[in-house]
Amino acid sequence: MARQRGCARDAGEDDARRVLATPFNFVALVMVVSVVAGLLGSLLGLGGGLILIPILTLVLKVDIRYAVGASIVSVIATSSGAAAAYVRDGLANMRVAMFLELATTAGALTGALLAGVVGGRGLYLLFGAVMAYSALAMLRKLREQPTRATEANDALADRLGLHSSYFDEASGREVAYRVRRPLVGLGLMYVAGTVSGLLGIGSGALKVPAMDLAMGLPIKVSSATSNFMIGVTAAASAGIYFARGDIDPFIAGPVCVGVTLGAFAGSRFMTKLSSGWLRALFVVVLLWVAFEMLRKGVHG
Amino acid sequence: MSLSSPNPRPSAPVAAPIPQAPALTPELLISMLLRGGVMLSLSLVAVGMGLTFFHHPDYFSSSTALERLTAPDHGLHRLTDVFQGVLAVRGQSFVMAGLLVMMSVPVLRVALSLGVFRLQKDRVFVAITAAVLALLLVSFLVGGVE
Repeated sequence: MARQRGCARDAGEDDARRVLATPFNFVALVMVVSVVAGLLGSLLGLGGGLILIPILTLVLKVDIRYAVGASIVSVIATSSGAAAAYVRDGLANMRVAMFLELATTAGALTGALLAGVVGGRGLYLLFGAVMAYSALAMLRKLREQPTRATEANDALADRLGLHSSYFDEASGREVAYRVRRPLVGLGLMYVAGTVSGLLGIGSGALKVPAMDLAMGLPIKVSSATSNFMIGVTAAASAGIYFARGDIDPFIAGPVCVGVTLGAFAGSRFMTKLSSGWLRALFVVVLLWVAFEMLRKGVHG
Repeated sequence: MSLSSPNPRPSAPVAAPIPQAPALTPELLISMLLRGGVMLSLSLVAVGMGLTFFHHPDYFSSSTALERLTAPDHGLHRLTDVFQGVLAVRGQSFVMAGLLVMMSVPVLRVALSLGVFRLQKDRVFVAITAAVLALLLVSFLVGGVE
């Protein structure tokens, strides 16, 4: 609220804001939206930043630099908090995660370094574009239902032992799956990592399709593995943001606590949501965010 | 699982990533590390937030305090500053210390995975994990230099 300078608003609204705008109320508000962002983010296999950054910048008028800084830490929190449960339940594929983290960390480094060069409007436009792309990719997938052939053999995936299985609560049985095209996944993950480092989001929106569509992992495994990887990706750029002074404890503190609480609640629901539901929710949220951020990027 | 593998290994740890034993599996260990790290971090952040409002009662009523707090570049971005602030029981330094603990959790997780893969004698994944760890350490060094 206070960060936007030279903002012309009518006097009445300004007075109302001044009454409410105490540090305590600001912190409380940031915490509440963070809980919601964490809950949604965890359900969708995102870091929560995707929902958090638009609220911080569009609604609470926080400078995008600090929003990104706060988000990147909360992204680690979400990932670690939710992943603790996924890993224990065997839903996250840790070998796939470690293999792909090669590319995401390299990308995150690239992104965090580029963030100093790309301006605020550029970040909004990129954010909007990433979201729109993610939504459309998921929408396409929504139509063709999961009668997917997973028989294809992949020598590298065999060599790395990436194939695994998970317990599906909806059907009540163990589902085995095979991984294909790990190198395509690696390439896509470099892009996802760069976007993550640039925008301070976990970019689960890019990671989930990369595993789901390109590598043939089941959607729930993709979501859980994405969540697991996001922390490492975010940590690779968080150090750079910290040194740059973009992590403001006054904002990042409540964001971190709120998002973790939300994500914890979300990880309890995760396996109980059916995949179709998950995708539909995902698409609606992404399209809305994409529209808002693109508009902000265009109008400045 | 690795039926099409060119050189099948008898003990094949590569093909059985999830041991079924109820004992301390790598999965459980990593799960505990993640949980413990997040809890420690959140405790520090919560204590810091409490301290901040305890030291500054005007934060409940004053709107100028908010403008001061959210003004750009009041930076707390050096490890030594954070450390000294914690010794001086400053709320925002506690929050920042908590955030730094959070940042270190994934790094520790990768380090732990490295140990696990070494125990499993999984050379390929030891190399992969070591490379990821190196990239993480480089990022923290690059951040410090900048």
